[in-house]
Amino acid sequence: MSKRDPIIMPDNTVILAKDLTKMYGEFTAVDHISFEIKKGEIFGFLGANGAGKTTAMRMLCSLSKSTSGQAWVAGYDINRQSEYIKRRIGYMSQKFALYEDLEVWENIRMYAGIYGVPDREIAPRTDELLHRLGFESEKKTLVKSLPLGWKQKLSFSVAIFHDPSIVFLDEPTGGVDPATRRQFWELIYQAADRGITVFVTTHYMDEAEYCDRVSIMVDGRIDALDSPGNLKKAFSAKNMDEVFHQLARGASRKA
Amino acid sequence: MENQKLLKARDNWRFFMAFVRKEFHHIFRDRTSILILLIMPILMLVLFGYALNTEVKNSKIAVYDPSRDEVTRAMVEKLQINNYFMLKKVLNNASEAEKAFQSGDVSMVIIFSDNFYENLLHGGYAQIQLLADGSDPNTASIITTYATTILSGYQLELMKTGKIPYLITPEVKLLYNPSMVAAYNFVPGVMGMILLLICAMMTSVSITREKERGTMEVLLVSPMKPLYVILSKAVPYFFLSLVNLATILIISYFIMQVPIAGSLFWLIVISLVYIFVCLSLGLLISTVVNTQMAAMIIAAMGLMMPVMLMSGMMFPIENMPVYVRWISEIIPARWYIEAIRKLMIKGLGFSSIIQELSVLMGMGIVLIVISLRKFKIRLE
Repeated sequence: MSKRDPIIMPDNTVILAKDLTKMYGEFTAVDHISFEIKKGEIFGFLGANGAGKTTAMRMLCSLSKSTSGQAWVAGYDINRQSEYIKRRIGYMSQKFALYEDLEVWENIRMYAGIYGVPDREIAPRTDELLHRLGFESEKKTLVKSLPLGWKQKLSFSVAIFHDPSIVFLDEPTGGVDPATRRQFWELIYQAADRGITVFVTTHYMDEAEYCDRVSIMVDGRIDALDSPGNLKKAFSAKNMDEVFHQLARGASRKA
Repeated sequence: MENQKLLKARDNWRFFMAFVRKEFHHIFRDRTSILILLIMPILMLVLFGYALNTEVKNSKIAVYDPSRDEVTRAMVEKLQINNYFMLKKVLNNASEAEKAFQSGDVSMVIIFSDNFYENLLHGGYAQIQLLADGSDPNTASIITTYATTILSGYQLELMKTGKIPYLITPEVKLLYNPSMVAAYNFVPGVMGMILLLICAMMTSVSITREKERGTMEVLLVSPMKPLYVILSKAVPYFFLSLVNLATILIISYFIMQVPIAGSLFWLIVISLVYIFVCLSLGLLISTVVNTQMAAMIIAAMGLMMPVMLMSGMMFPIENMPVYVRWISEIIPARWYIEAIRKLMIKGLGFSSIIQELSVLMGMGIVLIVISLRKFKIRLE
C-alpha cells in the first residue's frame, strides 16, 4: 500500500483513535484515549481546562506528534500521512485567527487559496457565503471592525469554505453571549446537515446538549463517552453540568 | 475630625507603598527588564571604558626613507618606540606604499624626501609625507595627528639645541579619500545597519506577530508546508532591502560623492549574501521568542547595538582588547562593512573580499540550518 492511500474505515467512521497518548517528559497529557466518530456527527470533546482536550485535538489535526497509540482521520494515519489529513480538514482556533487588517472577503480568499479552492470558484462562493450569513454589506469591512459574534461566524465559515470532511473547533464560543452562541450552533447544525463531521472542544457544559455524542476528559483519560441523553440517565443527572461534576470530583488536574 | 484626616493620609501612604512594591515585583520578575536595568549599564561602562574609544594603538606603519641620515633615522625610531605605532615594513621605493595598503598590512606610510637633513640645513627641499588609508577617515585622521605630533615634537627639541634651523610639518595625504569626505566612513556602516534592521528585525517581528495573533497555528494546520509559510514572510523584506540597497548606493554615489570604485557586481553579490545572513538571523530570533516585543528587544540589543559599537563602523577594531575583537568577528556586519569599504572606496576586486565572502556564506548556512531545525522542533 503506497503512502498516499487511505485505509478503508468501517461503516462511515471518519475518525478512529486507539490508545492515543501524548507525554511531555514524565507528564501524561493524554492517556490512552480511544474512540470512533461517524460521518456527519457533532462530537463534543468536553473536559475541564488542563484535562487534555486541546492536546488531543492538536494530535488529530497533525499539529503535534503522538507519543504512542494510533489514530486515523479521514482515513489517513496522523503520524505518517499528515499532509493528506491537512487537506481534508478545517480548523477554527480559539483566537478566531482572522487577519484583522484584511477585509472580510480578503480573508476568505486567502484561506480558500491555501486550501486549493479553484480561483474561479472563490468569488461566487464568497458572495454566496456572505449572503447566507447576512454579511453582504460587510464584504469590504476590515475584520477588526466586526463585532465578536460576527468574527466567530466568519471564522467558522472560512474553516469550512473548502468543504472539508471534518472540521475541528477549539473552544469556538468563548466570550460571546448565549444568544450569539445559539446562532453559532445553528451554523454548526447546517454544516453537519451537509455531511461535515464536527469535532468541537468546549468547557461549556450546556453546549454538550447540542452534540450528538460527547466524551468527557478527566486528567488525560476519557472517563465517559455517549450521547448526552444516555449520560444523564447513567449518572442520574438533570443536565450535563451535573454529569461532569460527578466525574470531575476525583480529578487531580483542574484548570 | 482631626483623626479622620490623619487616617486618610495614612491610607493613602499604604496604598502608595503597596503599588511601589508591586512595581518592584514587576521589574525583578521579568528577566528582560533585569537585563536592561542592571546588566546593561555595567556592560556599557566596561565597553566604553576599555574597548571602545577612539584612541588607536599599535597601528602598523611602514617607512620609506631614501635619506637614511641621522635625523630621519632618529625620527623613525621615535615613531617606533612609541606604543601607538608598530613599524612593520621598510619600503624600498615609494610605489610599494600602494601595495602595502592594498594588502591591508599597514595603516600609514611615512615617506621622507631625499637628503633630508642636508637639505634641511641648507634651505633645500625637505619633506615628510604621511600617507594614510582614507577609506577609514576616522582612524586615518587620528593616527596622522599622532604622527604629526610626535615628529613635530622631536623636531622642536632639535631646534632648541640648534641642530636644525626650522621644522618640517608633515604633509598628510589620504589614499582613496583625498578630500576627507566623512561620508566614506558612515555609508558602509549605514548599509550594514539598515539591511540588518530590515531583514533581521522586521522579519522576526512579522513572524512573531503571526504567532501572537494565533493565525500561525491555523497556517500550520493548512496544507501549506511550514517552510513556505516562513519564506512568504521573508520575501517582502528581501525585496525591500534590495530597494533600500539601491537607494543608498544611488544617494551615496550621486549626492554624497562616495565612489563605487570597485566592482559593482561583487558589491551586489556580497550584499545579497549579507541579506541572506540577516534574514536567517531574523528567522532564528523568531524561533526563540513568542512575542513581537521580545523579538524587537533581542534584535535591538543583541544585534543593532553590537553592530553599532563593535563592527568597526564607529570605533576602530584594531584598538579593542582581544576578547572584544573576537566578539566582533562573529558579528556579520563587521565582515560586510569591511568588504564594502574595500569594494566601494578602495576599488579593490574580488580577490580582496574572498575571506569576507566565505565567512558570510558560512554564517548564513549555519544560521539557516539551525533556524530550520529549531522551527521543526517547535512544531512537535
